[in-house]
Amino acid sequence: MTRKQRLVVIGNGMGGARLVEEIVSRPGGERYDITVLGAEPYGNYNRILLSGVLDGSYCPEHIFLHPLTWYEQHNVRLCAGRAAVGIDWQGHRVQTADGSWELYDCLVIATGSSPCLPPLANLVRKDGQLIAGAFTFRTLDDCQAILAHSSRARRAAVIGGGLLGLEAASGLVRRGLEVHLVHRSPHLLNLQLDAAGSAILARLIAEQGVQLHLGKETVAVLGQDRLCGLRFSDGSELACDLCIIATGARPNTDLARTAGLAVRHGIVIDDDLACSVPDVFALGECAEHRGQTYGLVAPAWEQARILAERLTDRASRKQYTGSVLSTRLKVSGLDLTVMGDKEPASNSDEVITYAEPARGIYKKLIVREGRLQGAILLGDLPGSVPAARLVQLFHRGDPLPAHRAELLFPCPTGNKQTLSVADLPDDTQICNCNGVSKGTILAAARAGKRSLQALCEATRAATGCGSCKGQVQELLVLACEGEVAEDPAVHYYVPAIPLTKPELVRVIKERGLRSVSAVFQALADGKEDPASKAGLASLLKTIWGKDYQDERDARFINDRVHANIQKDGTFSVVPRIYGGVTTPEQLRRIADVAEKYRVPLVKITGGQRIDLVGVRKEELPAIWKDLGMPSGHAYTKAFRTCKTCLGSDFCRYGLGDSTTLGIKIEKRYQGIEMPHKVKLATAGCPRNCSEATTKDLGAVAIEGGRWEIYVGGAAGSRVRKGDLLCTVDTHEEVLLYMGRFMQYYRENAKYQERSYDFVERVGIEHLRRVLVEDAEGICERLDREIQAAVEAYVDPWQREAEQPVTSTQFSQVLEAMPVPLGAGD
Amino acid sequence: MKAPLSPGAVCYNLGHISRIPRGEGRTYRLHDRLIAVFRSRNDELFATQADCPHRGGPLADGIIGDGKVICPLHAFKFDLRTGAPLGNTCPQLHTYPVRLDAKGNILVTVDDS
Ligand code: SRM
Ligand SMILES: Cc1cc2nc3c(=O)[nH]c(=O)nc-3n(C[C@H](O)[C@H](O)[C@H](O)COP(=O)(O)OP(=O)(O)OC[C@H]3O[C@@H](n4cnc5c(N)ncnc54)[C@H](O)[C@@H]3O)c2cc1C
Ligand code: SF4
Ligand code: FES
Repeated sequence: MTRKQRLVVIGNGMGGARLVEEIVSRPGGERYDITVLGAEPYGNYNRILLSGVLDGSYCPEHIFLHPLTWYEQHNVRLCAGRAAVGIDWQGHRVQTADGSWELYDCLVIATGSSPCLPPLANLVRKDGQLIAGAFTFRTLDDCQAILAHSSRARRAAVIGGGLLGLEAASGLVRRGLEVHLVHRSPHLLNLQLDAAGSAILARLIAEQGVQLHLGKETVAVLGQDRLCGLRFSDGSELACDLCIIATGARPNTDLARTAGLAVRHGIVIDDDLACSVPDVFALGECAEHRGQTYGLVAPAWEQARILAERLTDRASRKQYTGSVLSTRLKVSGLDLTVMGDKEPASNSDEVITYAEPARGIYKKLIVREGRLQGAILLGDLPGSVPAARLVQLFHRGDPLPAHRAELLFPCPTGNKQTLSVADLPDDTQICNCNGVSKGTILAAARAGKRSLQALCEATRAATGCGSCKGQVQELLVLACEGEVAEDPAVHYYVPAIPLTKPELVRVIKERGLRSVSAVFQALADGKEDPASKAGLASLLKTIWGKDYQDERDARFINDRVHANIQKDGTFSVVPRIYGGVTTPEQLRRIADVAEKYRVPLVKITGGQRIDLVGVRKEELPAIWKDLGMPSGHAYTKAFRTCKTCLGSDFCRYGLGDSTTLGIKIEKRYQGIEMPHKVKLATAGCPRNCSEATTKDLGAVAIEGGRWEIYVGGAAGSRVRKGDLLCTVDTHEEVLLYMGRFMQYYRENAKYQERSYDFVERVGIEHLRRVLVEDAEGICERLDREIQAAVEAYVDPWQREAEQPVTSTQFSQVLEAMPVPLGAGD
Repeated sequence: MKAPLSPGAVCYNLGHISRIPRGEGRTYRLHDRLIAVFRSRNDELFATQADCPHRGGPLADGIIGDGKVICPLHAFKFDLRTGAPLGNTCPQLHTYPVRLDAKGNILVTVDDS
């Protein structure tokens, strides 16, 4: 066998890493031992999404394309944080920052580019660093430094009104800073837009809260140790405590130039991506091809694909012939796509424009010799031709419709008035970063990639800048039309078993499956999906009650130890305080426990009780015993609390005894398992002090001694007023209807579907018919089953404090003993 | 067969397997470190680092099944055999060789050399 070829890639950015990925996934890739030298100390991340990190829509950890383990799994040696400092192409070796040499058979330079710094007085310190408070915006480190500084900053300036500057300014506005954008030209985005488009964009950007300073040339940075402002050529100044410089980028060519490779603006490459010396290639922003350098990811990825094909398949004659570029601005609430020329080059060029400045709409197309030569598409105009269609016409140079108006507004054919992705030809490119066509996406969806995530992973669509995600979603819906309306998995009760809740309940009952492992045995070939266990446990308990065969490992940790896990692995203890009514004696006991066990935090909760927070697992049983109070179930999907107000006994407005009612409700239904948590409240009058109308279930006393029962209220991540189920006369009736609703919810809601979603899904009219008018004749059964659940309830705290389920149920850490050498077996 | 231990390796006895209920995990202290040991419902054993690389969640408190563990704090998933992150970009979990001796004691080998 021949020796493996040593492939060294300099630069672990979007181009270099893509090349490696393309090589290892192709036949022929096994010919190479790959080493990647990356100046940045990370795996490979999506640089484009740094704009999203800055504006808070992505966490840094979510923009990684390949974690370090990916490199290991593919036998790629990644030297993260080790920059290349010299190339000896005659000796076929590269020197790295630690002085050592890497030998290569084949070398690829993918060093990207670096921010250009404008010549501002006082910007760069003597040690070569930027003055504190000034930043460039190219790397994850830049981004994190900006974010760290921005929490202390109030007034930010961004220098440069190009794509990067606009995204940076909009990001900082969304972070809550006062933001000033300073641009030398009188026109924003002057490289991509004409004056009219630029003026509309300026207005839209200003409406987002960015203060614009156009036609202003910055000449100096103010401040001694740290930046405190900017000075302009007209002598005026702007105070600021953070400044991002986004005035363009310059290809990183120093390595190549020093080594004697041909370099003009970028490292010169040919159509086969080869540099001017043998066995060295370049791609991405550092490369110059046919006199052209690029600043977008699509060309870098296209070059990576072609080079990978050439390196893995010696017979390949694939050539790179250049890219035509279109791009979108990633500022939320702003729709801007630009491509090609922005102005006509001669009188024979046609210009088609449509503008509604007041609505922020501006469309301009340049047509040359019957082909689309450029376009500016600003603003979302419902019914117009989608930008993706025009991008396709542009990229492929297709002939245009004779009626040029059809380029903007499709002619009504038949009864179809609007053009959506559905009307686009199959070869329309949807994802411009990865070059994925509509046809490819549809085919993958039809072949079974039925969720947005699966579809994106399979086709790579929307994995670059992500701006085509909406269209991929539309295609997903389109592909499933006729066969299935949507991903069937969304209807499964748990992911591992392809059955809806009613189907699953039927099968479980028919086959008498009483434990989670029995369900896996019978319905999933014995394969235990960990993500399905807790949902099955909850369902089986609801179906079988006392006859359920409990398996502790199917429970979430909270339900194994009856307490809520905290971020540091300790737990919280919330004893039950019925209806929020307590006694001095109870409070004293809680206080004693808090002191005895040095509980770090004692907190009054939003549920009218007391939380002992930061308790270690092994202390739980002793604390429960000392408290002598039942569990408040604050940790589980079950009946939680019933909050009350003072009501008629004490309050001068009280119309009904809400306190007594609340205590009765909580005593009756405490701890019963539900698809999700259920929180109740009773209010003594419509002033609603206990917020009963925004609880899962609420009872509100009204004039005449009656009670209104509300269901499906919410005041958490969603706020929703509950729907009135019925109005009744007595406490007993309130208890009855509430129990009936809870049982119906237990039987019909999906796992983790809160009542507010459930009520909306089935509809209040339906609930009234079934639960009040008894249209299905099931009320008596529902009442009986909830009664059985009430009777089956046992307080878990006092039971397991006396008798733990296993000897190590409450062990936080177990000790191990070293075994003397040679012993052990 | 007993493979010779390399010089830096230390073997620990974690006590009888019954200390870990079927399908659960427990955290153990091994002199200078904490590890998580899991016992599947069919008595396979796995040992990994104790804390989740994401935000330090106690992995032994996670739910396991099909050779995977789900962290109790934010539901990140890992392969118990290899430690590989599943669907997240955390670093790989450290894993340790683990076996049973004739008496049913769990033995874990730590080799830092
Ligand atoms: C302790 C408490 C905050 C407080 O100190 O006041 C609290 C603490 C937590 N809430 Fe809450 N919520 C608390 C009252 C509320 C309330 C108000 C209420 O109960 O009247 C709400 C709004 C009502 C509601 O339930 O929607 C509330 C809406 C949430 C939500 C959002 C639920 C939703 O669907 O919108 C979550 C997240 C979830 O459930 O997925 C949540 C989740 C949590 C968790 C359990 C997060 C977690 O999974 O670890 C917190 C547990 C901390 C702990 O261990 O102590 N908590 N939480 C309150 C305990 C009440 C009690 O005595 O039982
Ligand atoms: C905030 C932001 C938003 C953007 N948005 C978009 C967008 O929406 N659409 C779009 O198409 N493009 C966008 N871009 C541009 C896009 O990110 C680049 O075109 C793309 O990353 C180019 O890939 P590359 O591999 O050539 O360079 P890079 O991704 O910059 O990678 C080069 C890598 O080489 C490393 N390196 C340099 N010198 C050395 C050395 N001597 N030794 C070892 N390693 C070295 C660098 O550290 C870097 O990691 C954006 C860029 C930024 C910064
Ligand atoms: S509001 Fe958020 S942080 Fe506060 S207790 Fe509820 S879940 Fe925790
Ligand atoms: S700490 Fe484990 S998932 Fe967050």
